[in-house]
Amino acid sequence: MAGKQARSAIAMAVDDLSPIEIDNDLRLRIYRMQVELRESEQRAYDLFLQNLVKGTSHLSLGQEAVAAGCAAAMEPGDLTFCTYRGHAHTLARGVPMDRVLGELMGRDNGLLRGKGGSMHLTSVEHGVMGSYAIVGAHIPIACGAAWRAQYRGDKDISVCFFGDGTTNIGSFHEGLNFAAIWKLPVVFICENNLYMEYTPIGDVTAVADPAAGRASAYGLESIIIDGQDADVVYRTAKSAYDKARSGGGPSLIECLTYRYSGHSRADPAKYRPEGELDFWKGKRDPIRIYRERLLQSGIGESTLTAIEDDVKQRVDEATAICKAAPPPPADILTTDVYADGGWAWRN
Amino acid sequence: MAELSYRDAVARGIAQEMERDPDVVFLGEDIGKAGGVFKATVGLFDQFGPLRVRDTPISEQAILGAAMGAAMTGLKPIAEIMFSDFIAVCYDYLANQYAKSRYMTNGQVKCPLVVRTANGGGARFGAQHSQSVENWCMAIPGLKVVAPSTPVDVIGLLAASVRDPDPVIFLEHKSLYATKGEVPDGEIVDELGVAKIVRPGTDATILALALMVPRAIAAADKLKAEHGVDCEVIDVRSLVPMDMQTMLSSVSRTHRLFTVEENPRLCGWGAELVSIIADEGFYDLDGPPVRITTPHIPLPATDVLEDRAIPSVDRIVETVRRSLGS
Repeated sequence: MAGKQARSAIAMAVDDLSPIEIDNDLRLRIYRMQVELRESEQRAYDLFLQNLVKGTSHLSLGQEAVAAGCAAAMEPGDLTFCTYRGHAHTLARGVPMDRVLGELMGRDNGLLRGKGGSMHLTSVEHGVMGSYAIVGAHIPIACGAAWRAQYRGDKDISVCFFGDGTTNIGSFHEGLNFAAIWKLPVVFICENNLYMEYTPIGDVTAVADPAAGRASAYGLESIIIDGQDADVVYRTAKSAYDKARSGGGPSLIECLTYRYSGHSRADPAKYRPEGELDFWKGKRDPIRIYRERLLQSGIGESTLTAIEDDVKQRVDEATAICKAAPPPPADILTTDVYADGGWAWRN
Repeated sequence: MAELSYRDAVARGIAQEMERDPDVVFLGEDIGKAGGVFKATVGLFDQFGPLRVRDTPISEQAILGAAMGAAMTGLKPIAEIMFSDFIAVCYDYLANQYAKSRYMTNGQVKCPLVVRTANGGGARFGAQHSQSVENWCMAIPGLKVVAPSTPVDVIGLLAASVRDPDPVIFLEHKSLYATKGEVPDGEIVDELGVAKIVRPGTDATILALALMVPRAIAAADKLKAEHGVDCEVIDVRSLVPMDMQTMLSSVSRTHRLFTVEENPRLCGWGAELVSIIADEGFYDLDGPPVRITTPHIPLPATDVLEDRAIPSVDRIVETVRRSLGS
């Protein structure tokens, strides 16, 4: 754990190079978003236990600062690509909570009407271009979207989120090289939560920092930051986005973070050393860190409590909408296989 | 009208579509400055420049992934995979990404792109550069699969593929690149999902694809000349969508069915066609359908063995003759 704290210090040094203003309005928005992600993921977990969310699900509890900070720094029209651990990144772009929870519950009001499920959340109208359940597949895909922007002179950037485990699959390395040689407007954000599924990432990776330690292989700056501090995340992301948008090419940011739950619904996470979870929850919780900062900056306790109460009420409302929603009609089983709307492959 | 090689038809087809639509872009290994390892894309780099005709590293996943990202945000990419065998290293994009994104997202994500690749044997390249992978592709719901046999079909079907709103796997046959055919002047646009009767006949229907089409035609000519058997040869052209009506209608006239398939026998495209015709055309058949295929083996390199593996004109003639008892 000492090693992780030392790396957080490096992170702050990088951040000092790019001071970017964060006013209190923005801070309150980022705080609200983190609370929303926490409460809605906790609700998703509770709905599992009631067997109302079926299949699998990969929660971002503990990793809220990365999603909230990165999304807050994006412009409308920027594109998000995420993995199967994508609930938080989807919500952070403004997708309504009832559409997300509805998809997890397989209801007709779900974002994908139950055809995609937890691992494939997508909302093109919000710039959420998909959640990809094959590790690393979306890294080249994000490059392609960025190539389109470069080719057409569009001003949007592509932001691609993935975990530490992704840094050991081929498409990560192919995609990073591709982005670098074509100088694409894409930003790669690694959420290093210390575990690839069940195995500590350090046990299966040749370098200490799975993403930042590979950056130099692609001519990229090595950036590793404290992923539990949404201000640090916001500033680092904003600076990388600005660089990408102005033609400066891609960046790779490694955010040190931690997931409170297991890898997926089936994982009780017993492989963690004793005390590790308590350490992160007690000392490194992103919402606690941010709340203290807001109080120190003069924002009143009652303002924060009002946000928290409001979010909880909205989660309850979204849950009620989903519970009341019907399952999808049977006839969508065969729609949208092909562009004509159907599934016909012969005459 | 002019004579054009299958190889030059590829470049003409791509150029036709790139001239028409600035959203059409092209990427792959050695496709630009080098003009392609099969010289099928010569001239495109000079005509359209390095931003639209982009040379890539040897990164098949990045090529197909980037094509998808560009397609889902508005471009119409053509991606080249040098040899169809290499689809195995980037199969995720075909099987999991292109084919499923529209369905999984309830129609939100669109994937209008073309993957061109050199398919098939006959070039003595051995087991990893000679495969016929059409059955790898057609097994996945959401993909379209096309395999032209003539220069004019290369242009017309490539244009149709680029204009199609779904992901299309476009299988060029590497042993056809040097072949030539008459090609009309001006724009050529064909239609996916239309099989073509390339040699009318009355005694049996022979279904063939790509390199097997000229072999089936040569076999039919020989059967007629030497054995008095008049075979109808149909170029299947498009495996998905599949023009079953043309094939069922032919069998209803000839009452006998043969397939000539270069893919290894197990789960080859002909198995599906035979199954459908057995189902829907059963009472039209006067005998069992017969599949003439490469055996279920990896392809060998040396000519004597490779020629023995892939259906030849003589094997087609012999099989049809024996089956019909002529």
